[in-house]
Amino acid sequence: MNRITFLLMAALLALAAPLAAEDAAPLPADSVYLLEDVYTDQAGNDFRLADGRGKPRLVAMFYTSCRYVCPLIVDSAKGVERALEPEERERLGILLVSLDPARDDVAALKSVFDKRRLDPARWTLARTEPAGVRRLAAVIGVRYRPLADGEFNHTSSLVLLDAEGRVLASTERLGGVPDPDFLAAVKASLAVSGATE
Amino acid sequence: MRLLPASLALASLLAVGPVAAGEWVRLPGGEFQSVLRYEDTGGKVQVAPFELQKRPVTNAEFAAFVRDNPDWRRDQVAALFADRRYLERWASPTDPGPEAKPGQPVVLVSWFAAQAYCEAQGGRLPTWNEWEYAAAADETRTDARADPAWRERILSWYAVPSSQPLPEVGRSPANAYGVQDLHGVVWEWVDDYAAMLVSADNRDQGDPDLTRFCGAGALSMDDRENYAVLMRVAMLSALQARDTTRNLGFRCARDIPAGAKP
Repeated sequence: MNRITFLLMAALLALAAPLAAEDAAPLPADSVYLLEDVYTDQAGNDFRLADGRGKPRLVAMFYTSCRYVCPLIVDSAKGVERALEPEERERLGILLVSLDPARDDVAALKSVFDKRRLDPARWTLARTEPAGVRRLAAVIGVRYRPLADGEFNHTSSLVLLDAEGRVLASTERLGGVPDPDFLAAVKASLAVSGATE
Repeated sequence: MRLLPASLALASLLAVGPVAAGEWVRLPGGEFQSVLRYEDTGGKVQVAPFELQKRPVTNAEFAAFVRDNPDWRRDQVAALFADRRYLERWASPTDPGPEAKPGQPVVLVSWFAAQAYCEAQGGRLPTWNEWEYAAAADETRTDARADPAWRERILSWYAVPSSQPLPEVGRSPANAYGVQDLHGVVWEWVDDYAAMLVSADNRDQGDPDLTRFCGAGALSMDDRENYAVLMRVAMLSALQARDTTRNLGFRCARDIPAGAKP
């Protein structure tokens, strides 16, 4: 490499440095945040999963027209929230992603968001394109199938991701009273992320 | 979406031997009786017209993809997307080498890798219904499944020990739709493999599982004689998306572009 090229590259690297600093270290190889799909939240804002990096997060999949189990998914996440100390609660994100992107547009997400009085500081309801839905379902272990009547047959897990997007725990025990093992995992992850702050 | 001329150009670039790779076949679709008899469908499914690759994706084709997309090299792929055996029989991360011939189907690929490959071709993985619909045909009939001789022929493939080298793609006669190698070469990933919830009725289990599934949709398999297809279902439904096996490859499908002649 000649000297001029070297200087030019050094200059380019210097320019690029502030950008590179933002995402710091690469994500772990088993991080769910390696999925690069673009999601849209209930307020119409686009984001990527990795934007949630930095604090533990609960993730689940649902769809807005689901009458029976999906409200329970919201109840379950609320149940975990209620069981936390206020300072723990502040450090936990909650993301619910729709299995039904064809019907769950931003307005449908917003309607459930408002009806369930979710706190925008912590909660996100989101949609992404069908291929992205399948990818997320695959990495968090949710299986689903659209039914002839527009409903979905799906497994319902509440999944805990650490600050780097790795799956730490999951539960299929739904309802307002949290699964004690799962709650313990949430509290432990919040203790870790609290200690490193 | 990639337009036809581009994919033809790509196909000619990737051509190996006498067969042009990455060729697409158009299937008309229609009502189809699936071997998977869900409560909600009774097994009757509507398959929209679609295009399917004529043959499974080969080592040569997948190697070209990996060279263009280094994230999918076996030494660079994230553990999230592929297990440790991913492409392990290739000579190097970008070269299949002598053990994985250019015209043999690529195997030891995860669902994520297969999906990424198809997206790079402007396509996607076929759904189970699409795959089963295409695979119901023999050389002359679009649905040969009721014929015991046909079933016997397919089953005989499963008796071949998996230690045998995989056949090259494109050596078997095309079926009535013009598609080759749906039987007798490799198992194939489908987009919704994870949707094949093989269980009598998940809602009948004990109390903790009562709410495991939202909605109805129990599955039964009526066509008990169709072992070959049932074995595929059993195998696919047992997989995780990052799994790879020595007999599991894939081919891509794509929707028919809007405005195209049916």
